[in-house]
Amino acid sequence: MDINLMFYLIPSLIMFCCGVYGFITRKNMIAILISLELMLNAVDINFVVFNRFLFPGELEGMFFTLFAIAIAAAETALAIAIIINIFRVTKNIDIRDLNKMKF
Amino acid sequence: MDYSQFLAMKQEIGLLVVFLLVFLYDTFMPKKAQNSLSAITCIFFGLFTLAGFCPCLSYDANAFSGMYETSAVIVAIKNILNVGVLIVLIQSIKWANSESQIMRRGEFYELLLVTLFGMYLMISARHFLLFVIGLEAASLPLAAMVAFDKKQYESHEAAVKYILTAVFSSAIFLMGLSFVYGLAGTLYFDQLAFAVAIEGSKSVMLIIALIFVIAGIGFKLSLVPFHLWTADVYQGAPTSVTAYLSVISKGAAAFAFFVVMAQVFGAVYSQVWEWMLYALIVLTITIGNLFALRQRNMKRFLAFSSISQAGYIMLGVIANTTGGLGSLMYYILVYIFSNLAAFGVVAAIENATGKVSMDDYNGLYKTNPRLSFAMMLAMFSLAGIPPFAGFFSKFFIFTSAIEQGSIAIYVLVLIALINTIPSLYYYLLVVKAMFINENETPIATFKSSVSERLGLWICVAGIILLGIVSCFYSSLLELTNAM
Repeated sequence: MDINLMFYLIPSLIMFCCGVYGFITRKNMIAILISLELMLNAVDINFVVFNRFLFPGELEGMFFTLFAIAIAAAETALAIAIIINIFRVTKNIDIRDLNKMKF
Repeated sequence: MDYSQFLAMKQEIGLLVVFLLVFLYDTFMPKKAQNSLSAITCIFFGLFTLAGFCPCLSYDANAFSGMYETSAVIVAIKNILNVGVLIVLIQSIKWANSESQIMRRGEFYELLLVTLFGMYLMISARHFLLFVIGLEAASLPLAAMVAFDKKQYESHEAAVKYILTAVFSSAIFLMGLSFVYGLAGTLYFDQLAFAVAIEGSKSVMLIIALIFVIAGIGFKLSLVPFHLWTADVYQGAPTSVTAYLSVISKGAAAFAFFVVMAQVFGAVYSQVWEWMLYALIVLTITIGNLFALRQRNMKRFLAFSSISQAGYIMLGVIANTTGGLGSLMYYILVYIFSNLAAFGVVAAIENATGKVSMDDYNGLYKTNPRLSFAMMLAMFSLAGIPPFAGFFSKFFIFTSAIEQGSIAIYVLVLIALINTIPSLYYYLLVVKAMFINENETPIATFKSSVSERLGLWICVAGIILLGIVSCFYSSLLELTNAM
């Protein structure tokens, strides 16, 4: 069987959509963060696959992925820090309880 | 590697030097000298801002095989941002030196300078890797700044909302970029523009990529379908951070948006993204205005007002000409002064009394005539009433959009024009509250600090002079036309 581009792109697209779905429906902030990680990792797969299959002579996509991973790590660290802050105040990480400011 | 190419990044290096000086001063100076940290930061940054106007910086150069570019226009854009940041710094002195913030004010200045560095990279980037790094450097430290008020619950709530939407939007933006990369095999702006022109508007992948990219940057600019975080974050964040977020961060994102749209996707302007942007502008201006009508909290009110202002800013992007860039720069310059004047008054009243509701402003004129006068000028300028700068900036941005010449754009400008009527209504509500409404217990007379007054005087001078003295606009237009 010939393994081509689509074998990677479709799973990565499914991953991305799962991430979007999780981001919208999940109530736990850590779960929301995991959904965001899914989205970012889907992007990384896309870049690597495009680079590997379409432009094998270059490394631009690979390098972009390296930077994207580092940025995603920074984002997660910051988000976790803020969630811990919230937990200290409310003893709870349910996103539905963050409703003091509305409309 | 040729290290001399770093010299092309003179403004970035200057900002880095300011950052290091502030950082070292904050870390190593004895307790006694710490008291002047705010003043020292303002002086360093003021000197840096002045140095930015030196004509020796206005040259065309690029570095890192075209990843980074600088030119007279880019230097002017950075100078506009610098002026805004300087005013924010001056206005925030009182807040930064207050009892609850004094432990952490050094971090406030450092984070602020780092985000500005990110915005510089975003504007100068001619490669999407550098652009993304700039975008993240500009938005991640801002989340920490939003969460700055550790004792206030609202600050934490705002920070959660900000960081989650910021990461979500950058994930969407990166997804769009990955499609662009798959399409062209490069991330350099000039080579991408070439590939986009060949690909043409028939390519489905290009259209999907554009939707993702516009959505990603639209989150940063709080254009309407992506604006839901704005009001909550603006309300919860400390007022100085809100001012920074609504003016500098938005201005930098608008410049970067213009550069990406015009330089990379310019070839498919009329077939693809003119209509996407068209819908976004109509929605942004209208919905921003309608929601602003019912706000009673001043910071939420200014948040929705800034959403509708973002719609007007986008008129400069849809013009897609050098004249459009000129009027975009002028609009943001005026927007910096008028919005910072409004935030300066809100912050002064909040620092003195802790009140942020519009109902508290009733009868303010009787007790604090100068503050209400500054607020009135800011509101007139934001609404676009003739003798003030806001009128001219709106006028020029409408003119540059009309130059496109198509009927559709005429209709768009008409919609924007009609939308100034509800905006006039809600801006004047604030003026009415201050000057006409009766109140038995108005905010007591108080004396605002020297720094707050200085910041407000600069803003008021800008509001009055920028409109009347025509050399500001004509020099900006000359700069962009020479591009």
